[in-house]
Amino acid sequence: MNRIDATFAKLRAAGRTALIPYVTAGDPSPASTLPIMLSLVAAGADLVELGVPFSDPMADGPVIQRASERALAQHVGLLDVLAIVAAFRNVDADTPVVLMGYANPVEAMGQAAFADRARAAGVDGVLVVDYPPEEAGDFAALLAARGLACIFLLSPTTPEARIASIAAMARGYVYYVSLKGVSGAGHLDTDEVARKLAEIRRHVALPVGVGFGIRDAASAQAIAAHADAVVIGSRIIQEIEAGPASAAAGRAGRWLAGIRAALDAMPRRAV
Amino acid sequence: MPTYDLPDSRGHFGPYGGVFVAETLIHALTELREQYARYQHDPEFVAEFESELAHYVGRPSPVYHARRLSAKAGGAQIWLKREDLNHTGAHKINNCIGQALLARRLGKPRVIAETGAGQHGVATATVAARFGMECVVYMGSEDVKRQAQNVFRMKLLGATVVPVESGSKTLKDALNEAMRDWVTNVESTFYIIGTVAGPHPYPMMVRDFQSVIGKECLTQMPQAAGRQPDAVIACVGGGSNAMGIFHPYIAHGGVRLIGVEAAGDGLDTGRHSASLTAGRPGVLHGNRTYLLQDADGQIIETHSISAGLDYPGVGPEHAWLKDSGRAEYVTITDDEALAAFHDCCRVEGIIPALESSHALAYAAKLAATMGSDRILLVNLSGRGDKDMNTVAERSGLRFHCRPECDPARR
Repeated sequence: MNRIDATFAKLRAAGRTALIPYVTAGDPSPASTLPIMLSLVAAGADLVELGVPFSDPMADGPVIQRASERALAQHVGLLDVLAIVAAFRNVDADTPVVLMGYANPVEAMGQAAFADRARAAGVDGVLVVDYPPEEAGDFAALLAARGLACIFLLSPTTPEARIASIAAMARGYVYYVSLKGVSGAGHLDTDEVARKLAEIRRHVALPVGVGFGIRDAASAQAIAAHADAVVIGSRIIQEIEAGPASAAAGRAGRWLAGIRAALDAMPRRAV
Repeated sequence: MPTYDLPDSRGHFGPYGGVFVAETLIHALTELREQYARYQHDPEFVAEFESELAHYVGRPSPVYHARRLSAKAGGAQIWLKREDLNHTGAHKINNCIGQALLARRLGKPRVIAETGAGQHGVATATVAARFGMECVVYMGSEDVKRQAQNVFRMKLLGATVVPVESGSKTLKDALNEAMRDWVTNVESTFYIIGTVAGPHPYPMMVRDFQSVIGKECLTQMPQAAGRQPDAVIACVGGGSNAMGIFHPYIAHGGVRLIGVEAAGDGLDTGRHSASLTAGRPGVLHGNRTYLLQDADGQIIETHSISAGLDYPGVGPEHAWLKDSGRAEYVTITDDEALAAFHDCCRVEGIIPALESSHALAYAAKLAATMGSDRILLVNLSGRGDKDMNTVAERSGLRFHCRPECDPARR
């Protein structure tokens, strides 16, 4: 069983909500990413989303864009990101890793070559922001053939019929972008998220993760009341960039541990 | 040749084009595609578009026989399609009128745009003023510095100009920022993309609005020159003026279509914007096309003397026309474009945009290899008033002199 499916099965049995941090590989330095990932897992991350730096991150806000720029200033490319995942796998055999990024680095490597290398490195799922389902057929098949999940986004503007068609292609989990805007924006409407999640669950049997706009224990709890997973990116990157690079892993882990504690303080969900 | 009817229903030109955007934008693009399909052939919409082009833009723009430029080149006859005479001074306004009329029908009170040289920003600000819409223009902070006069024009027209400080601080970064605005304000906002790039339906829609250029030429050239040209030549950055004049000629197999990219300091220096000539296919800004990128697939910074050509991608239909062989793509350096700029000023009394000067430079080269009975049609896509500072900086005192009196050129 894919590590993603195994992880969500275990969490579901325990009635717990998954906590998924996002960090950009190579930020603040190539050597710091592995310690940051391990620190996040030690703090209670159930799955790690690892961002592949890109020069033109159109769907991201300024925080993640800065992280990309810091990584690119040190020439961190897709091969380096895969090497980081391989190094993580040497230490942690169980925690799923999902790569998240944009199409062009994958196109430059070649979709099939990327899929081979991702599998070899120990990647479990891939979310390419600008491969919507209509352009992702071949890519999803290449991933599926290697046991990797092709993960898709849903948004507040995704109509119900389209949710159903995306559900048919999605593997692992679906990622609901909880607000209209870019990553790191601030206007999260929990009631609206709850309403849309109910609609999504009519069509999607996979776990539903929610991200974009979650920045503290209160917003994480509000989302966790409805979602299978809480995804947090920009806020962790703000911790990473808030002090010396040598202590970034500690800062990120300490901050995430607070969110984990808040989620664990919630009543267990009915199984 | 077989009927040319690209793109297909999913916006693909062969392997190029498509809808490579985040899920957050899919709904807005679907709505745009449906509404464009609804109004594209609607007699009332078409009549309003044509009326605006005639009475506001000043169309049709003339074709003009540049006799002295032709004599100077010493060969084929060079004709100019005078898009520089349009209201706002470039072809960009054609597309902005079309998209603004669509925005009104979609009930969107706010328009946004990206701009490089500022021509598309000025055209968007112009139509926003004309139709009473709020207007925000994203412009790389480098371009804001290079094109101060156009920034002032946009502000005069009531637009808000937002300098973009991320990445290379040029057109591609302005496009990223405009996309982010659109994702955030998608209900109230219509994104007027200025070139034949971006996700479907933009490359098709912008081409359709701009193809008024080539359609007019199809009628004008037989009347003025006695026949269709042997070749149509246009500069290519994103490629909207070139698609506009090429598209109606695609079915005319005897007419060569030649796109001229910016070689900047020279292709071998790496400082250029020649995506089709020196790039390779990839995905950026919503479509698959030729891109200037490094081995890791990161988009690289480009250079051209003309801000309007300074873009690392190119419209997907150009990528297809290149691969299919129907169009040829060549390059002209900054220095060659600048020389052609001065020539056009001094022998024709027309100050061309530096972008269009690339097409003029290649036309002069090609004309010299042809007999005087051959006809070249150049899309003079814009006028050069905006480029005064750039030219003054680059040419120094030499621009007071006729090209003939420069010893290096005698």
